[in-house]
Amino acid sequence: MKTGIVVAVFIVLAVLHQDVWNWDNDNLVFGFMPVGLAYHAGYSLAVVLFWALVVKFAWPSSLEAWADREVD
Amino acid sequence: MTAFLSQAPPAPQPVATSSLVVLALYLVLLLTLALFSGKLFRGTSQDYFVASHSIGPFMLLMSVFGTTMTAFALVGSTGKAFQMGMGTYGLMASSSGLVHAACFFLIGIKVWAIAKRYGYVTQIQFFRARYESNGIGYILFPALVLLVVPYLLIGVIGSYRVIGPLTAGKFPELFEATGGSIPSWLTGLIVCGVVLTYIFAGGSRGAAWANTFQTLVFMAMGVLAFYLISDKLGGLAAATAQANPGHLVRTQSELEVTGAAGTFIRQLGVSPITFLTYMFIPLSVGMFPHLFQHWLTARSAKSFRLTVIAHPLCIAILWVPCVLIGVWATGVFTPTPGDAWPDSARAILSGLPDASVGAVLSVTVKFLVSHPIVVGLVMAGILAAIMSSLDSQFLCLGTMFTNDIVLHRLGPDRFTEKQIVFIARSFVVGIVLIIYLLSLLLETQQNVFDLAIWSFSGFAALTSLVIAALYWRGSTRAGAYASVIAVAITWLYLFLKSGGQEYTIGGVMPVAICFAAGAAAMIAVSLFTAKPSPETIRKFFPEPSDR
Repeated sequence: MKTGIVVAVFIVLAVLHQDVWNWDNDNLVFGFMPVGLAYHAGYSLAVVLFWALVVKFAWPSSLEAWADREVD
Repeated sequence: MTAFLSQAPPAPQPVATSSLVVLALYLVLLLTLALFSGKLFRGTSQDYFVASHSIGPFMLLMSVFGTTMTAFALVGSTGKAFQMGMGTYGLMASSSGLVHAACFFLIGIKVWAIAKRYGYVTQIQFFRARYESNGIGYILFPALVLLVVPYLLIGVIGSYRVIGPLTAGKFPELFEATGGSIPSWLTGLIVCGVVLTYIFAGGSRGAAWANTFQTLVFMAMGVLAFYLISDKLGGLAAATAQANPGHLVRTQSELEVTGAAGTFIRQLGVSPITFLTYMFIPLSVGMFPHLFQHWLTARSAKSFRLTVIAHPLCIAILWVPCVLIGVWATGVFTPTPGDAWPDSARAILSGLPDASVGAVLSVTVKFLVSHPIVVGLVMAGILAAIMSSLDSQFLCLGTMFTNDIVLHRLGPDRFTEKQIVFIARSFVVGIVLIIYLLSLLLETQQNVFDLAIWSFSGFAALTSLVIAALYWRGSTRAGAYASVIAVAITWLYLFLKSGGQEYTIGGVMPVAICFAAGAAAMIAVSLFTAKPSPETIRKFFPEPSDR
């Protein structure tokens, strides 16, 4: 379930990266940042949030114990 | 991608002595810190290769970020934005934030756990065990080495292209042959010598400590340059207002540029299909052997948490300012009375050929800020970005030659720990020497820098191999061979067809085709060939009850 959600959100983020609607938009955000650049800067923050949630809710905690255990 | 440094840019004004003092101070500080880390060396091969798995979250983040961000992050991002516009950020940075973190989470953590449990220190040890095949090591080894070497050369030659022009005319009596600039052989000697000193003394730990310092330096320099340049251009809004409008969008257009070599047409913007398929390039971090080694230095899996979350943020902190500086520098194409650009800066920047756009950051800092201390700091930042990748690459090649060739052939039991460290250090010295000499030989070759995108493409295309190894029990030895061979064939075919230049097929990046070929070969062949033994499956795919 968790894996499915993570994969789905990852795909949505990959799709959102292709912001074709901004291609020829020459508006400025905050008076200095081209809208295409502002979108991708905001996108980077969304990616940070995404990975923070993945780390919190889908962390493979059992792997660490397995790595530290003696090999049979 | 790194064609930005493939020609020496026109020489700007010489730097002041104080700039060189700042640079020297930086190098002394770096060496002191790194040599101090050498005091922590425990004398074992595990400590030399993977710092005895002792690196905590912050240093792991800094060393992984510093290693993945080459000189391109600082000077290349500015240059590329100056060349093609603000689309550079989405093309190279925001996609990397998503994909790099995915590689750290999906590949890095799992590889760390497996390698720690079974004592692997190289990728090839991992693949040999996973696919129960010595042969896979013998076909992967030359492929990985051949892909790392151009990457190393780009770093060393890049330092020549930065330091040479910036010191032009400064030492006319000392270096008459180069017109007074610090000659390449000396720059290379210093860069290679400093890097060699700290990886010789401290191995992986030395590299991690040095990278942490270097990463902090080059990130701080990027932000400092951004602040000072925006201030000089009249503030953020005024700086963007004076930029060339064609650089504020991703629409493809043309700009006529007149330089010393005549008039040429510069292509601005990027096509949506190139933008889409460029997303395969950041997959390269999944197969970088030097990054693999950094992952193994982690103290625990939890150490990766900060790297997974903060790596995309670090990319944004570094790249947004650098891309904006590049866009602002296009103001030289739209002169207005009383603008901030001195004629000398405009003369250099407005005529820069595409192959020299890497000079944009240093020229902009030099002419707009012009404070010798700041110029020295920016030079130090650029060298920091270069050296923080070089050290890990040198070390990983030494580690691979020692473990995958010498110890694999002769048996690790034949050597003491001290002897293994000695062998590794000897290989590192030899590799640094070879790269140094090669860099001097190839310094004037224009196409060396075009190899960077091909190096990244090769690593990215091979990433399907490690994904299958970690997540598909049914991936087989024959499938692994087929995948590597398919990548090699498609890569070589497209590389030869391109003549080693940047190249697309109808806008599609070659990396997408090579990756698809490798993945398809892995799937098709694995479905019809002998599965790995149950022991191997148990070893690499523990049941939840085993964890």
